[in-house]
Amino acid sequence: MLKSKSFVKKTRKGGVIKIVREHYLRDDIWCGSEACSQCKQDSFVLEKAPSVASDKCNFPHYILPDTNVVLHQVDILEDEIIKNCILLQTVQQEVKHRSLPAYKRIQGLTTNSDKKFYVFSNEYHKETFIERLGGETANDYNDRVIRKAATWYSQHLEKNGENVPKIVLLTNDRANREKAKNEGIIAYTVHEYVQSLTDKPYLVDRLAQLAKDENDKEKVDQDIKTGKGRNVLYPEHLNLAAIQKGIKEGKYKQGTFLSSRENFREGYVSIPGEEKMYFIKGLANQNRVVSNDTVAIEVLPKSKWTCPSSLVEVDENVDPEAENSLENDEETTSSVVNSSAQPTCRVVGVIKRNWRQYCGTLEPPSMKGGSRHLFKPAEKRIPKIRIETRQAESLLGHRIIVTIDSWPRNSRYPVGHFVKNLGKIGDKDTENEVLLLEHDVPHATFSETVLSFLPKMPWVITEEDLKVRTDLRWLDICSVDPPGCTDIDDALHCRSLDNGNLEVGVHIADVSHFIQPGNALDEEASNRGTTVYLTDKRIDMVPDLLSSNLCSLRGGEERFAFSVLWEMTKNAEIIETKFMKSVIRSRAALTYEEAQLRIDDKSQSDAVTTSLRNLLALAKILKKGRLDKGALVLASPEIRFNIDSETHDPIDVQEKMIRETNSMVEEFMLLANTSVAKKILKDFTKSALLRRHPVPPPSQYEMAIKAALSRGFKLEIDNGLALSQSLDKAVMEDNPLFNTLLRMLTTRCMTQAVYFSSGTVPEEDFFHFGLASPIYTHFTSPIRRYADLMVHRMLAVAIGYSEVYPELLNSEKMQDICKNLNYRHKMAQYAGRSSVELHTHIFFRDKVTIEDGYILFIRKNALQVFIPKYGFEGTLYLKEKGKDSIFTYNEQEPSQSAGHIKFRLFDKVLVQISTETTNLQHQRLRLQLVQPEVPGFSVPRTPASSSRKEDEEPPAKKLKQK
Amino acid sequence: MSGLELLSDQGFRLDGRRPRELRKIECKMGVFQQANGSAYIEQGNTKALATVYGPHEVTGNRSKIEHDKVLINCQYSMATFSTGERRSRSTGDRKSQEMQLHLKKTFEAAILTQLYPRSQIDIYVQILQADGGNYSACVNAATLAIIDAGIPMKDFVCASTAGFVSDTPIADISYLEESQGGPELVVALLPKSDQIVEFQVNSRLHLDNFEKVLDMAIKGCKDVHAVLTRVVKDHVGQLASKMSKT
Repeated sequence: MLKSKSFVKKTRKGGVIKIVREHYLRDDIWCGSEACSQCKQDSFVLEKAPSVASDKCNFPHYILPDTNVVLHQVDILEDEIIKNCILLQTVQQEVKHRSLPAYKRIQGLTTNSDKKFYVFSNEYHKETFIERLGGETANDYNDRVIRKAATWYSQHLEKNGENVPKIVLLTNDRANREKAKNEGIIAYTVHEYVQSLTDKPYLVDRLAQLAKDENDKEKVDQDIKTGKGRNVLYPEHLNLAAIQKGIKEGKYKQGTFLSSRENFREGYVSIPGEEKMYFIKGLANQNRVVSNDTVAIEVLPKSKWTCPSSLVEVDENVDPEAENSLENDEETTSSVVNSSAQPTCRVVGVIKRNWRQYCGTLEPPSMKGGSRHLFKPAEKRIPKIRIETRQAESLLGHRIIVTIDSWPRNSRYPVGHFVKNLGKIGDKDTENEVLLLEHDVPHATFSETVLSFLPKMPWVITEEDLKVRTDLRWLDICSVDPPGCTDIDDALHCRSLDNGNLEVGVHIADVSHFIQPGNALDEEASNRGTTVYLTDKRIDMVPDLLSSNLCSLRGGEERFAFSVLWEMTKNAEIIETKFMKSVIRSRAALTYEEAQLRIDDKSQSDAVTTSLRNLLALAKILKKGRLDKGALVLASPEIRFNIDSETHDPIDVQEKMIRETNSMVEEFMLLANTSVAKKILKDFTKSALLRRHPVPPPSQYEMAIKAALSRGFKLEIDNGLALSQSLDKAVMEDNPLFNTLLRMLTTRCMTQAVYFSSGTVPEEDFFHFGLASPIYTHFTSPIRRYADLMVHRMLAVAIGYSEVYPELLNSEKMQDICKNLNYRHKMAQYAGRSSVELHTHIFFRDKVTIEDGYILFIRKNALQVFIPKYGFEGTLYLKEKGKDSIFTYNEQEPSQSAGHIKFRLFDKVLVQISTETTNLQHQRLRLQLVQPEVPGFSVPRTPASSSRKEDEEPPAKKLKQK
Repeated sequence: MSGLELLSDQGFRLDGRRPRELRKIECKMGVFQQANGSAYIEQGNTKALATVYGPHEVTGNRSKIEHDKVLINCQYSMATFSTGERRSRSTGDRKSQEMQLHLKKTFEAAILTQLYPRSQIDIYVQILQADGGNYSACVNAATLAIIDAGIPMKDFVCASTAGFVSDTPIADISYLEESQGGPELVVALLPKSDQIVEFQVNSRLHLDNFEKVLDMAIKGCKDVHAVLTRVVKDHVGQLASKMSKT
């Protein structure tokens, strides 16, 4: 089968090295077409008679896109009408080289059997391989290779008689197209081809808005050079070589750009390895970068340093043609004293774009007709995007998805194209879909392949199972969870031993028994990483049969569990720890409330209740020990909506209550996690999956320290213990919520806890700061977290229950898993928060209420107010557009004052909450000041709209431990 | 690891081979007149030259003489131009010493050493071009050279390598595949009796995958054996026809 070989010479940087590589050409690469009878292939990808209604190509054909088409028009290729496509290896490799996201998407297409995309390894084929000529550029060579493959395919298929599919080459390069036509290949631009598709006229909207031909682009460049045409708004980007040189010389720095949430003109660049972020001001300095792009920056001289303007500013421009200025971009803030100036920089070039698809809405056009429109993304950090569409009418008032194609120098906004219509704004399903898409939550229903790995029902416990597991069915085990919980993954018990000690057991659902490593079910769960909880919906990590039935430790049913048993003294000192796979039968599935009632009810003394009482006593000792070591008690608001069973709209808001039993369960889960972490680290020194919470750098606390200081308290940040003690001391008599608010601020200063593989981090960094534990992992919720499932597998090996398999020992693979888990975990949290926000909006729809609020931040033109009853933050604008503010801003204190009224941090205010109805596209909550009264600014208290009495105490906040 | 995709989804390696395919092997026996036996082998771009002298009297230090078997002396070297970077190489460095030791062990196990007590056999191998699998090329070349010299062996010694990429074992790995840091198995085999005479593993390979990779390496050795047998037969055939003419 070895045919012949050719030599590829290659030089690398520095010394010139001649590299000789073999290249075997073969004759056993098949064409993949069902219409072909010569190739000895077993299976076909391409259909025998592909039919696509097209007025240009009204014959059966396969399409063969070139690299640029694949790279820029993936959206088109992903449309269901595009089938029977030949993807050349050359094209695939070049796409991979130029854009990994695009490569991943075409990989998805090739594995999807409905799409009928065939990858042809043309470079290994004896007849399609050609050598690069001397003096030929890489681009020309690739084009020639593609043409060669197209010719071969046509000729190859023609040998099979009449009416075989023809090859249609799609390329936007004019020169290539002409050459192709000369060689007898049918060639079109993507635009021509898509326009000719009579079945799907709107597909045109999804074409990327790039220069349609190379010549267009040249024209624009020329216009820019000669100063003709539209104004050039942005400076040029440096090319990659210049950037790399600059970075090497230390002239430039490489970092990730993050746009400010509050002001679209401002942003930051975080440089890996540097604590402080660099500030960027003005659109020209940002120079066409979008949040999350990797950029090269140049730090400006100190004299030009400035600081955030504290302005909350939203881009209000709605005219897609208004692009001849960056209007008042250079609004100088030189008035700022240089002392508060931050290191400021400007973007000189883009190293890597990180564009994805964005959800949002179409702005109502300033004038009727026309196909150019502005798209406003839901994510505030993303600029508006200019798109061209002919179906604007039907898209208004809908949530749509749009992707960015480019950002030319003469356009104020990036240019993109329409991808998908999600549905009407305000419709809950649409909004949920938006939420999930924006946070990259995989939420499709489980595929057939995944479901095929589920155990067959009815499921019974067999003799063999009992042989290898410890029978713990005789123990009085019970579970304690929030009401309505169907995925119960933990249960507890406690009993007295003869020697006076106590035996405490934590029993965790044995999910790893049902999910074997490496199968489709496992891969799906691994990709999802975590179950996502939205206010009215749960996106499961594992199929329902497992999550709410077989793995859920329901009351009275026999279930498999992974148990941790401790022998403890009455003072909660651990004498012995045992791990085992077991069979249990939970006596009762209690809610926190029920458990609390049982404990408090003196008349009850059954086994479960006594066991709960003992557990509570032990938990209190454990908690005290933990707090003494410096574990932090932090706060974040948590609320619960009562949902109308018919309309699924929220009808009431409740704060989550915290009871002793909550912290009791939590305490034992922490203990189990810590014990397991120690055990698995022993057996998997290099690849144990652990969780750490890095100590935050002191600079991160600045905001909280400043806030505390404004009220005369000093935060100690030297270590966890000092911090927790100083937080305890910060109590104000007249402001009962002050402590909670300060804890909330401190929470925001914290770094995120992350999963990691033990081989990647030195042992002293295993520390979990929030829990003050030297080592920690997640073991107790395998139904809803994949990390726990991995830990279960490790522990099963560590106790000799199951055999080790290769992935479990591979530190790199484990770290990859951790990376995905951290990402999914973060996104799940954000999605959860957004869902609460969404429901808050729906809740306030058509409602006007007056509530207590507390000032969390003070900005130049606004106050950030926290409403404890609903657990959300809103912006109270102090200055209306176009009017002068009656407030004076003091940045040092910080405070805002008008007359004798002064707003300081943590001040209590009364605000009126309503939904802003002026802008249907983007509804937001509007806060207006009621008390203290500021003449000419605050709104009067209308008795009808007052929903609560003044003297009512604000309810106690939930303190959440992290 | 770098972004090189050693095995594409279509099942091709970087040089166009499928996972189980060896590189092209070309060899020639009796390339030198002066030596008792010599051979030249190309396995893809890895090229090796082997010469064999002996059996003859032990030269040099007489204390090395062994009274029940022959002394095998191996020398391994790489040409200055054998790698991408031109570098003069000393013969006595650790790497070549290790290689010499391995070669010596390999051939002590294959040659019928008890036939020539108190004598010595010299095996000199040189790598002319290195592109992965140097050891296997040396062993295969030396085998041919020993056969050329007419020294009796239990069997051919055939060597080959195997690697493991994205859950697939791959045969006869090239330098590019070697340098990606994946596991590498080196096996020298007596093909007829399936006895392994030399065996090395570089980098970590999980026990569960071991069997598959070993099978691949052994299969590689047997394929090499098929090629070598044909070459020896051709060579002997040519010699015979020459002799019959004279």
